[in-house]
Amino acid sequence: MQPIPLTRIFTLLISLIFTLTCTAADIPASDQENLAVEQTFTYRMSAEIPTLDPQLNEDSEGYDVLRDLFEGLLNQDSTGKLAPGVAKEFQSKNNNQTFTFLLRNDARWSNGDPVTAHDFVYAWRRAVDPNTASPYSWYISLATVRNADDIIAGNKPPKELGVKAVDDFTLEVQLDQSLPYFPEMTTYATLFPVHKATVENHGIKWTRPENIVSNGAYVLTEHIPNEYHMRKRNSMYWNNEATVIDTVIGRVINDVNQALTRYFAGEVDYTETPPGQYPNLVKKYPDEATSVPNLCTYYYAINHTESANPGLHDVRVRKALSYAIDRNLLVDQVLKGGQYPAYNFVHRATAGFEMPVIEYSSIPQNELDAKAKDLMIAAGYSPENPLTLKLIYNTSESHKQIATVVSQLWKQKLGVQTELVNYEWKTYLQIRQTQEFDLARAAWCGDYNEASTFLDLMTTASTSNAGRLSNPEVDRLMAESKTLENPQGNYTAVELILADEMALIPIYHYTSVFMLNSQIKGWPYDNVQKNWYSKDLYRIKN
Amino acid sequence: MAFYITRRILVAVPTILALIVFSFIIMYLAPGSPFAGERPLPEATLANIEALYGLNRPFYEQVFRYVWNIVVHFDFGPSLVYRDRSVSEIIAQGFPVTLTYGFLSFIVAVSVGVVLGVVAALRQNSWLDYLAVGVSIGAQVLPNFVMAPILVLTFTLWLGWLPGGGWQGGELPYLILPVIALSTSFMASIARITRSSMLEVLNADFIFTVRAKGLPKRRWVLRHALKPAMLPVISYLGPTFVGLITGSVVIDIYFSTGGIGQYFVNAAINRDYSLIMGITILTGTLTVVFNLLVDIAYAWIDPRIRY
Repeated sequence: MQPIPLTRIFTLLISLIFTLTCTAADIPASDQENLAVEQTFTYRMSAEIPTLDPQLNEDSEGYDVLRDLFEGLLNQDSTGKLAPGVAKEFQSKNNNQTFTFLLRNDARWSNGDPVTAHDFVYAWRRAVDPNTASPYSWYISLATVRNADDIIAGNKPPKELGVKAVDDFTLEVQLDQSLPYFPEMTTYATLFPVHKATVENHGIKWTRPENIVSNGAYVLTEHIPNEYHMRKRNSMYWNNEATVIDTVIGRVINDVNQALTRYFAGEVDYTETPPGQYPNLVKKYPDEATSVPNLCTYYYAINHTESANPGLHDVRVRKALSYAIDRNLLVDQVLKGGQYPAYNFVHRATAGFEMPVIEYSSIPQNELDAKAKDLMIAAGYSPENPLTLKLIYNTSESHKQIATVVSQLWKQKLGVQTELVNYEWKTYLQIRQTQEFDLARAAWCGDYNEASTFLDLMTTASTSNAGRLSNPEVDRLMAESKTLENPQGNYTAVELILADEMALIPIYHYTSVFMLNSQIKGWPYDNVQKNWYSKDLYRIKN
Repeated sequence: MAFYITRRILVAVPTILALIVFSFIIMYLAPGSPFAGERPLPEATLANIEALYGLNRPFYEQVFRYVWNIVVHFDFGPSLVYRDRSVSEIIAQGFPVTLTYGFLSFIVAVSVGVVLGVVAALRQNSWLDYLAVGVSIGAQVLPNFVMAPILVLTFTLWLGWLPGGGWQGGELPYLILPVIALSTSFMASIARITRSSMLEVLNADFIFTVRAKGLPKRRWVLRHALKPAMLPVISYLGPTFVGLITGSVVIDIYFSTGGIGQYFVNAAINRDYSLIMGITILTGTLTVVFNLLVDIAYAWIDPRIRY
């Protein structure tokens, strides 16, 4: 029998207790005197959000609203670190497979009912219940909450889910795997509590302003679909005294150029900016135009299946294609929003992630071009025998520009003939899913702020593995990483394999580029998932 | 006439049923799924969702159930994308918005367009004619997706007189820009059609007769010339009216009105099958109804037309 390592025994025995520091609008003394009389915050939403039901939500702008209306076990602070929500503290036991959350006893629903552990149990079971048919039930599977997969598949009843209310204010969660980052996952909407009586009494209408009962810092007061949402502070919220902004309005403005015009007309305090306009805006409005890292990576997926051009099965060809892309050119001349050239998959700003040293990232472009040419010749391609590829992307001006530049670079440097094909979004997804491509534009945004949210994508079992990469060593390293106290070594190893095999072509790491009225303070610029909470903002006088 | 109307209504029913079935088939054949996303759903999750909406049943059963629910229960089903709302609710919320700005745009386009056209025809080749023709051609070449940003830049950003978007229950300041943006090009078309039709009527023998009889100008213009000159305008107005009240995606996008046009386009992009069907049926029914109304109006205006 193999001896169990001592460190393992310790982690099994010792339960770790995490206490957290509270967040609220943190107002410096200089601003205290200068607070605006009307504390409102108005922001632009690019589209009507599909639902206000936390368990059904799969939309990032929907999550913006839900973070204000509901509060989960934990929140994020301005840097993305965990902050207490309904839970004051939590303990991890059994090598991060059991988590116990101690809930505050002063948390209230907007109708005055106490928020208890039973509300969380109800909401989580609801998320995996086949009758709810949540498109985000996979999130609970991803968190490996015990029996989630069986319940979703209809093989076990929802009450078998590995979550229980030990008492009104103690919630215990059983996971199938060791998952050190599980607490981070509780900040997402799927795991927010809902008010059972409200959900059951009003059916699909429970999220209407006249019916909804929520436990966040705000309550929904008006909702005109495709026009605006209005939320006002929730007097029952446990930390309502620390909230400063009274009214939050989300206006639906589909067109980003129109949104910018209305920003300048003072109709919104926050909007994202049209592509390519950041350099001009930051020059003219340095206090308002901002570019900050955002946890998404843009890449070209390489089809690793039989349907691809056989040339792509040769690592030399994959490397040549990647080397020939001048990422600095794309970032500086095409995107112009402060994006970062990418040579690896995990976004550089991911919490706790050490960027791997990818060899070709430090080689000057002209040397890379020379290497790329040599590799193509070695692989048997020449101007007389060029490689032809089909690159697919979903219809968008920005994707088109990038694809055009990349295909031109490949043509000039390597003689590669690239057929660019664009499809509208849903068709594109189907074409990509059925592997009818050689290369496909893709992007991935972290579900939570930890490197595995990216790297799990490259495992054989991942349904989002667009190129169908299947590398046993990657699978092994990622499986092993779940059991490690510090998985960084495995993450680095996986990144090096991806680069060595050129399993995908990373292009850039995203930034979030936006205009924010300089009267609005407390914005979490360092939160790379763009998770802002209105309760942490405040407005100063003009 | 009564027989004609009855017959038309009886024909309308199978027309709309055929529209439903054909739309359903086309939609069914379109690639892509309402539930597809950057992260493909696990099979079990997808199966649960498809079961919820009955999409796992055979095609003929889906069509039958859909038509049955509409005919018997007047139920257009739940939206597949907006999970908190049914298609009927979405239409009930969006259609009045579209109807309001569409109807107002129609009134503006017709009244301004007809007056411009008549004035231009009566004063042919005068500065008034050139002005009216100039305005209508200018308006015609400015499509609403150009007009909308120009109006917002001018009246919202530069002058600060009017809000750049929103609806607020249809308050006047929120109506002005969408109505101008939507009505301009229709107004221009109506002005041009009215002008040429009016010119034709003015040269007709019966106008010479009434003028020779010494009728005052106002009377022969309004009573004798305008009515027949309106025939081509009316045939243009039927489909125009339906187009205006069933939504303009451009107006909805630029002015965030919450109207039905934006929902229609998003439904198609998102493959929100039930919402596509709901709005298609609404538009189809209105088209059939207004075509019928136009035909009846024809008979009323021109006594020579008999059905």
